[in-house]
Amino acid sequence: MQRSNTYIILFSIGLTIVLGGALSLTSVSLKPLQDIQVELDTKKKILGAVMDISNIEDPAEILKVYSERVKSVVVDYEGNELTADLKGNPYVAEKVNIQKNSKLDPKERVYPVFMFIEDGEVDAYIFPTFGAGLWDWISSYVAFGKDLNTIKGIAFDHKAETPGLGARITEPGVQGRFAGKKVFDENNNLVSVKMVKGEGKTGLSDYEVDGLSGATMTTKGVNVMLMKYLECYSAYIEKVKSQNS
Amino acid sequence: MSTEVAEAPIELKEPAEALLSKRRKRIVADPLNEDNPITVQVLGICSALAVTVQIKPTIIMSLAVVFVIVFSNLIVSLIRKWIPGRIRIIVQLAIIATLVTLVSEVLKAYSYDMYKILGAYVGLIITNCIVMGRLEAFAMANKPYDSVLDGLGSGFGYAWIILAVAFFRELFGSGSILNVKIYEPISNMLGVTLQTNGLMVDSIGAFMILGIIIWIQRTKNGYVEH
Repeated sequence: MQRSNTYIILFSIGLTIVLGGALSLTSVSLKPLQDIQVELDTKKKILGAVMDISNIEDPAEILKVYSERVKSVVVDYEGNELTADLKGNPYVAEKVNIQKNSKLDPKERVYPVFMFIEDGEVDAYIFPTFGAGLWDWISSYVAFGKDLNTIKGIAFDHKAETPGLGARITEPGVQGRFAGKKVFDENNNLVSVKMVKGEGKTGLSDYEVDGLSGATMTTKGVNVMLMKYLECYSAYIEKVKSQNS
Repeated sequence: MSTEVAEAPIELKEPAEALLSKRRKRIVADPLNEDNPITVQVLGICSALAVTVQIKPTIIMSLAVVFVIVFSNLIVSLIRKWIPGRIRIIVQLAIIATLVTLVSEVLKAYSYDMYKILGAYVGLIITNCIVMGRLEAFAMANKPYDSVLDGLGSGFGYAWIILAVAFFRELFGSGSILNVKIYEPISNMLGVTLQTNGLMVDSIGAFMILGIIIWIQRTKNGYVEH
């Protein structure tokens, strides 16, 4: 049956209103839950860099551990602590969008720093990093011990690296390879750590990490990301080092 | 195949058809085997390749697709008499897109880890040819209850195939099933290292397994291309 144009237009308008309404309703009602999930995901990654949280199932428990153990500040490229942005709103390190920030000039970005507290003292400094893998973005939270040189742990995340190849950077076994590695040489120059090409290598130096077979492009992305971001954090690292000594 | 159903709209006058009559059982059972959307109609291949590297995301994907097919079938069937023929495709698409977005939002709120893995692919259910195929071929011409049955049949017909593909890909590609390591204990027991197969992690692996499933199924059913 051929319908009139008026009917078709009215039908389309009606359909749009009903479907659009349904969508905005779910979007609005699920937003708070989604925000909690995103926050939980960030905190899990930060904690994951310094401790094993895989056996903590309860989200509330993770948030509790986080609020008890982690302090955070936001710094700029020169390593100065920032309290409020240009509009006067206070910075919250957990809310800083690393992905958005990475698009800015390094000197204009703000850098969150997370400190893991053990017995009232800072036990680890955790720096978020962001870069490009083979297919899409990769990111990490890299934790340094008190000397701000030795890697205590690292937690990677990625959007679309190949499962079983590049995506292995999120496996505990691969992340564990970074522990104990160093990023500054004897003369205190930043050399960062590099994942080598190939896998199963022995006799690696303090600045080399066993690579991922079949995922050379992802490991290259990891290397570039760490180098670039550690450069950006180096002013802050220097500052803390001189304060501690 | 699928279009035959559309050309013969069911206009049964007797109201007392059994809830699961023989005809209705066929609506559910056909897409599971003889008229399977993936292996016989060869629809929805794209997602069959993309999400089947591991079983867990595949399960979520299957559930999402079943949900979308069943409910889009139901909704379209309910309003089929009012949908203007000239814009029916876009109406179907709008309904599918809405349902898919709902699934995606719910995943993001309740299972963020899965949302991160499946994110883009859930959105791609919109373009899954199976969903639209069923709307156009079945729901536009059939009653709501029958359409729901048809949706269930097609949905699970899709689900069991991609789950089978995922099972073999995870087993051979990652040496595990549902993230439980299978190769490691066997290697330790035999004292030889079982190597995982990188090909299975790639999309090529999915093509190969899918091809083998189609081969076995067609040999068994005696199906030939006309």
